[in-house]
Amino acid sequence: MQSLTDRKKVVSNKEMTFMERIYLPAILGGMWITFKHLFRKNNTTKYPEETRPIAPVYRGQHVLKRDEQGRENCTACGLCAVACPAEAITMVAAERKRGEESLYREEKYAESYEINMLRCIFCGLCEEACPKEAIFLTDRIVPSNFDRDEFVYGKDRLVEDMNDRIDITKRQHTGKRTEK
Amino acid sequence: METSEIIEKLGLIVTLFAVTLGIAAYATYFERKVAAWFQDRIGPDRAGPFGIFQPLADGGKLFFKEDFVPDQAEKWLFILGPGIAMFTALMTGSVIPWSTDLAMFGQQVALQVADVNIGILFIMGFLSIGVYGIMIGGWASNNKYSLFGAIRASSQMISYELAMGICVITIVMLTGSLSLRDIVNAQHGMNWNVFYQPVAFIVFFICALAETNRAPFDLPECESELIGGYHTEYGSMKMGFYLFAEYVSLFTSSAVISVLFFGGFNFPGMDHFSGNTLALLGLLAMFGKTFFFVFVFMWIRWTLPRFRFDQLMHLGWKSLIPISLINLLITGLVVAFREGWFN
Repeated sequence: MQSLTDRKKVVSNKEMTFMERIYLPAILGGMWITFKHLFRKNNTTKYPEETRPIAPVYRGQHVLKRDEQGRENCTACGLCAVACPAEAITMVAAERKRGEESLYREEKYAESYEINMLRCIFCGLCEEACPKEAIFLTDRIVPSNFDRDEFVYGKDRLVEDMNDRIDITKRQHTGKRTEK
Repeated sequence: METSEIIEKLGLIVTLFAVTLGIAAYATYFERKVAAWFQDRIGPDRAGPFGIFQPLADGGKLFFKEDFVPDQAEKWLFILGPGIAMFTALMTGSVIPWSTDLAMFGQQVALQVADVNIGILFIMGFLSIGVYGIMIGGWASNNKYSLFGAIRASSQMISYELAMGICVITIVMLTGSLSLRDIVNAQHGMNWNVFYQPVAFIVFFICALAETNRAPFDLPECESELIGGYHTEYGSMKMGFYLFAEYVSLFTSSAVISVLFFGGFNFPGMDHFSGNTLALLGLLAMFGKTFFFVFVFMWIRWTLPRFRFDQLMHLGWKSLIPISLINLLITGLVVAFREGWFN
């Protein structure tokens, strides 16, 4: 029969010759192979000092974006929470008061916004669902911790700092959601 | 015995003890490094430059672990086991001649703790006692995996000691002496036994692998089948003693191999030197050979997979013993011919 792949090997069960039975040539051959590995370059990444390169579209820890005037984009519509397959996102909405126009972009905002990083599967559906360009995944890695409660990230750790803005241009799809 | 002689021997004993322990400690580091190199990794490199303090960290860790004795274990035998293993491993080094005499403090100091005139028998004897450490430890643990490991160790020792002993007999027949110093002196210069007895060397080397429980003959402690074998129940420094004893015997058996087959402290062109220069160069040659064999032991460990138990027995009884017996017979005939028995 025609085989589907070219990896087929015919197995034979023939008697071993004398040279094969004393094993020593095969053992020396094996030792030669391992000896050659002594002079190979190692494949180790010395982790805390070096890190492996991360793809530009890597999906890591989330960020809640602000606009150019420093106002939070999120309006607490809840579409991200609905889209989330792991049900990792919870939020409480609140109405913007007079005098808070410089803090929140629209009349409704998220009073609290929490992502459970242990539930999150980093699929990026929240980012796709967001109509306000508020939530993005970034190339930052969620650090490990000893305490489970520490993995529930609130607005203190999600909303970006205006002095230290998070670059998400690598994740923005060109030609989509451009400012009109 | 004079006082000066006692002091000299005590100094030698302490030096040898410290050197053996130090080398055994660094053999663990070297083993991990060699394993890493063979697998295209770096190996331990965090404790100090290039990780050279790794053995200290390992030892410190073992010291501060809980010293645990299982409920069902035979308490005293459980403690005795690692002690015997360590003791026998350290004892074998005492009859090995490390170099020629060194002139120190106005007298000739032999770099050998005891020139026993049956040195090689002494080593074989202590190697055989070595298995008691494993057997007692495995039995006293009261754990079936430990017992399996102990049984495997003892059957392996019995099977491989025969072939090993026969190889030693061929060397003794060539030299005509059981003293290790005489055996080394007979291999003056480049006149090494390995050129006369290559078969005996190969058989002896394979048996030495089995006697030290190194891969591919590490059946007594295989992780996958016996979850550690005889030291399953051990922890803390008792565990450390077992692991350490393995490296000590790795070092001493490398030394024995270089003494028996590779001329010990002899090196080509040694007639141009004399006195302390010769002794120091001889020491260097001896240690160079020993370290080379330590490396070969590790090389083999990281190349070959473990034998199956029936393959182990097959190799020991049906291959190595007949080969070494035939080799013994031929050597005997040649020696008899040279002695003029057939004239």
